[in-house]
Amino acid sequence: MEQGSILKVAGPLVVATGLGSAKMFDLVRVGAEGLMGEIIEMRGDRASIQVYEETEGLGPGDPVVPTGAPLSVELGPGMLGAVYDGVQRPLDALEAQVGSFLARGIDAPGLDRDKVWEFAACAKAGQRVEAGSIVGVVQENEVIEHRIMVPPGVAGELVAIESGSFTVEQPVGRVRTDAGDEVDLLMMQRWPVRIPRPYARKVAATEPLVTGTRVIDTFFPLVKGGAGCIPGPFGAGKTVTQHQVAKWSNAQIVIFIGCGERGNEMTDVLMEFPELTDPYSGYPLMKRTVLVANTSNMPVAAREASVYTGITMAEYFRDMGYEVVLQADSTSRWAEAMREISGRLEEMPGEEGYPAYLGTRLAAFYERAGKVECLGGPTRPGEQTEGADAPHREAECTPAAATCDLHKACRYGSVSVIGSVSPPGGDLSEPVVQNTLRVVKVFWALQDTLAFQRHFPAIDWLTSYSLFLDKVTPTWEREVSPQFRGRRDRAMSILQRESELAEIVRLVGLEALSPEEQILMETAKSLREDFLQQNAFRDDDQFSSLKQQDGLLHVILHFHERALLAQSQGASLKAIFESPVREHITRAKYVEEGFEAEYERIMAEIDTQLVGDMPNPGHSHEHTEVGS
Amino acid sequence: MSREYMTTRDIVGPLLLVEGVEGVTYGELVELEFPDGTRSMGNVLEIDRDVALVQAFQGTRGSNPSETRVRFLGRGLELGVSRDMLGRVFDGLGRPRDNGPEIIPEKRVPIYGQPINPVSRDFPDDFIQTGISSIDGLNPLVRGQKLPIFSGSGLPHNELAAQIARQAAVLERSDDPTKVGPVMEGEFAVVFAAMGITFEDADYFMTEFRSTSAIERAVLFLNLADDPAVERIATPRMALTAAEYLAFECDMHVLVIYTDMTYYCEALREVSAARKEVPGRRGFPGYLYTDLATMYERAGRVKGKKGSITQVPILSMPDDDKTHPIPDLTGYITEGQIILDRNLHRSGIYPPVSVLPSLSRLKQKGIGPGKTREDHADLSNQLFGAYARGIQAKELAVILGEAALSETDQAYVRFADSFERLFIQQGKTEDRSVEDTLALGWELVSLLPRSELKRIKDEYVDRYLPAKPHEYHPGEEDANMTPGMPAGRDEIGGDMVGVRK
Ligand SMILES: Nc1ncnc2c1ncn2[C@@H]1O[C@H](COP(=O)(O)OP(=O)(O)OP(=O)(O)O)[C@@H](O)[C@H]1O
Ligand SMILES: [Mg+2]
Repeated sequence: MEQGSILKVAGPLVVATGLGSAKMFDLVRVGAEGLMGEIIEMRGDRASIQVYEETEGLGPGDPVVPTGAPLSVELGPGMLGAVYDGVQRPLDALEAQVGSFLARGIDAPGLDRDKVWEFAACAKAGQRVEAGSIVGVVQENEVIEHRIMVPPGVAGELVAIESGSFTVEQPVGRVRTDAGDEVDLLMMQRWPVRIPRPYARKVAATEPLVTGTRVIDTFFPLVKGGAGCIPGPFGAGKTVTQHQVAKWSNAQIVIFIGCGERGNEMTDVLMEFPELTDPYSGYPLMKRTVLVANTSNMPVAAREASVYTGITMAEYFRDMGYEVVLQADSTSRWAEAMREISGRLEEMPGEEGYPAYLGTRLAAFYERAGKVECLGGPTRPGEQTEGADAPHREAECTPAAATCDLHKACRYGSVSVIGSVSPPGGDLSEPVVQNTLRVVKVFWALQDTLAFQRHFPAIDWLTSYSLFLDKVTPTWEREVSPQFRGRRDRAMSILQRESELAEIVRLVGLEALSPEEQILMETAKSLREDFLQQNAFRDDDQFSSLKQQDGLLHVILHFHERALLAQSQGASLKAIFESPVREHITRAKYVEEGFEAEYERIMAEIDTQLVGDMPNPGHSHEHTEVGS
Repeated sequence: MSREYMTTRDIVGPLLLVEGVEGVTYGELVELEFPDGTRSMGNVLEIDRDVALVQAFQGTRGSNPSETRVRFLGRGLELGVSRDMLGRVFDGLGRPRDNGPEIIPEKRVPIYGQPINPVSRDFPDDFIQTGISSIDGLNPLVRGQKLPIFSGSGLPHNELAAQIARQAAVLERSDDPTKVGPVMEGEFAVVFAAMGITFEDADYFMTEFRSTSAIERAVLFLNLADDPAVERIATPRMALTAAEYLAFECDMHVLVIYTDMTYYCEALREVSAARKEVPGRRGFPGYLYTDLATMYERAGRVKGKKGSITQVPILSMPDDDKTHPIPDLTGYITEGQIILDRNLHRSGIYPPVSVLPSLSRLKQKGIGPGKTREDHADLSNQLFGAYARGIQAKELAVILGEAALSETDQAYVRFADSFERLFIQQGKTEDRSVEDTLALGWELVSLLPRSELKRIKDEYVDRYLPAKPHEYHPGEEDANMTPGMPAGRDEIGGDMVGVRK
């Protein structure tokens, strides 16, 4: 292959000449150490290359060798539980090679070449397969079954397939393509990170992504396949919130990208996740997690690539039919990496020095979220044939591979994307936040004023929003309770009203408010403290199921209604506010087992303590909370 | 193998453009000799074919294009390291400044360092006793943490930093959750880097270190206000390179204190402006975050190594503005911040630590049974909550009058005052053990009705709450108190009921 040479070195950017037929976004090897780089601009014979490692010591004349392929990731068994850098080098393999500090010019393949996996075929020779068809499975760990798919671009007749022990480089089968070529099927695929992986079609996402964080699930829910952002100044709680979602959300696979953030936060995940039990599977959380760690002190160009590396892995699991959550912390650092490279390319800067294409890149990234009908499912339009060559009939599956039922219907998968944004000075008008808000439908705004008061999660209930609320309501009605949405809206209106009244209180004191208003203020406080506040570091608080969230709201609103009633019947505010049941309301969020019974008990107590044995209009709790 | 040229074409600020060079590499170290005989060190910022862009650490005064000798040294910027660095004072580029002999290096290490592999890190979770209640009690520092001090001009950050450097100690683990372990001896080294601070300030540190013989376990790198500004870009990296050697090769717990990061950033801005780079906020380069991170992230612990690097960078916030890019980007990288407050300082409180917006993010990892004491976390939460409430009550009193406060709120007001006067306030040489700090905290919470101690487990209240409430005499302390409001007022001011405007 032809070899070029360096003309210029400026930080992470190298300009080279003589690269012959190399193309845009091709990977090249730079210098004697063969540092990884990617062509990002071509002018005549000169190619600008962003180098994924430190460039100190490089100089004009040093060799540059094209690899002829774009930056790609390896996809196959062995990704779960791994920690990669921004260009998918496994960090533990690098540690084994050079020790605790990342030296330059080291390399290791994304997937272990020596590891042997048990492949259970579920397709049969003679069958017709196409891109995305599942030909077999590998039980990667106790939790995740890795479904081996025919890679995009391949379709034809399966001429050989075999169960057994294989490494990712050994063929498990062969396909004779429609063009007549024979292609080996490996458990490993490669995919260029900057190109979204194909799917049959996007479908509407309506199922809530349950995170266990009350303010999110109840007030500003995300759906599986949706995209959301968490902007906030430093220390407001972006990372903790994202860790909470990574831990407790009901996704099947979690990809966490530490993009230009702290090394210790990665260590935290690495130490904690193997110890924590996934509430859904009962196994350690790390088994469903892939980490991409390109911390702030690691090379910027690799940081730029890290989000693409992460999302490509997410799409791959989606294609198997899994529900994936991808989190990028922080997208601002990604944008800054783009800005730095763009500056070195001497491109015309847009707002605040960011490249003019910032908005397009952000939009393209978030667009890779979504719920899709995967490729390879039989219900794709035009392929609903029931004849002899119908792909993957149930009978053809080996009983060991439970996945095969999937072939009966079409397969759906989703990628939900949550990006944190770190706006300078917390100023939400800056370009990264603004461009992100154009494409995401959920906005969790963190406020440092709340964080200073140790109101956590410091998600501002007045400015945050979710455009998925109406979409999830039917699921809520079906699976939580028919009243949940109403309670949520009622609670929200109380909080809104509080913010208006707070102004008056600030000026003239609480006494200026009517008794009803004072009750509302008290309820709002209870909503904030007993519902919204949730300590991520308390075992008995960090996760609430949707049913429990609904129950808790019910309790608080029930107190509100009974307080209004009691007051109208002559009870003093002091007596109402100091009734002993309030202590139980405060503790209600910590109840884990049997919360339903406990909440019923608290509501009964509210009734006795506030309205005593006075005639109780409509004994059903639901009744009283409508109106007023 | 050095190559020498006299082919400088342009000189712009601290930068030189040298033509017709051969074999020059990015980052290469350069020695410059000006016509008047002065010398400067420099390094290559960019190399384009045969044209090298060189930044001169000692500036370009006295240079001219045709007579400046530019020698490329064939290596990057390095520091020769050895245990003998302890007790010594160096300039901003690592050359002895104390008239002592040259160090005979055990090896030479590139100062830009290599990132710690994230999987090789060990999580910081051991308490460092600084002897300062507002830190140890509420926002404890943990070994391997980076915790900056956000200050302002005229505030006593140097005193505080020197006090931390003198008093910092690590504790032995304790088997008894109700007892704090004893201090371990001889475990600490201090690496101190000064960037652009005045001679007085630097002298203050040296005197402090000398007077307590802390100097024997310290390495100092000084770039003072009248030293070349661009050299400051190298100074903290010199210090960190020394720290890494002491921590990871000599098994020491190293505390790195650098002051003042603001001057460092300004030097970076100067170079960036001379390069005509597209400026970011307030003219600072867009890569300031990454640049700072490559230093702050050198804090930490590494698996299999005994030592650790803890960083306390000091920065003076221009205009006391926390949203200024320097504190802002720092806060985005560090694990919390200690904020000093001008109003507290004016009312005579030292150290004027603004408790409410200060935060040590690693605190929950570093305290508790074994590490400090079982009640530490609860007590700290209670103190924090009570102080916040006291401040709110005082606000309310300003608007509605003292009389409008409930009895409980009045207790909180008294608590907040005593808290500032007794807990935050301490002497500049007063080294409080964490037990003393906790005892003080318990005495203060005893000013509140016991029913208010909701954040502390009953068990701990029974065990540690002193029997007789602390006597408080408002008059005696108020004499020298100015009417200014205490710390954190601006931050939590409008949030009496937790709602933002
Ligand atoms: N839900 C929570 N429960 C308890 N504490 C919290 C919670 N969220 C945040 N915190 C506290 O706030 C601190 C900062 O949170 P976090 O690290 O998530 O901030 P961040 O927004 O990611 O900041 P940065 O931009 O600097 O990375 C945490 O260390 C913790 O003390
Ligand atoms: Mg964070």
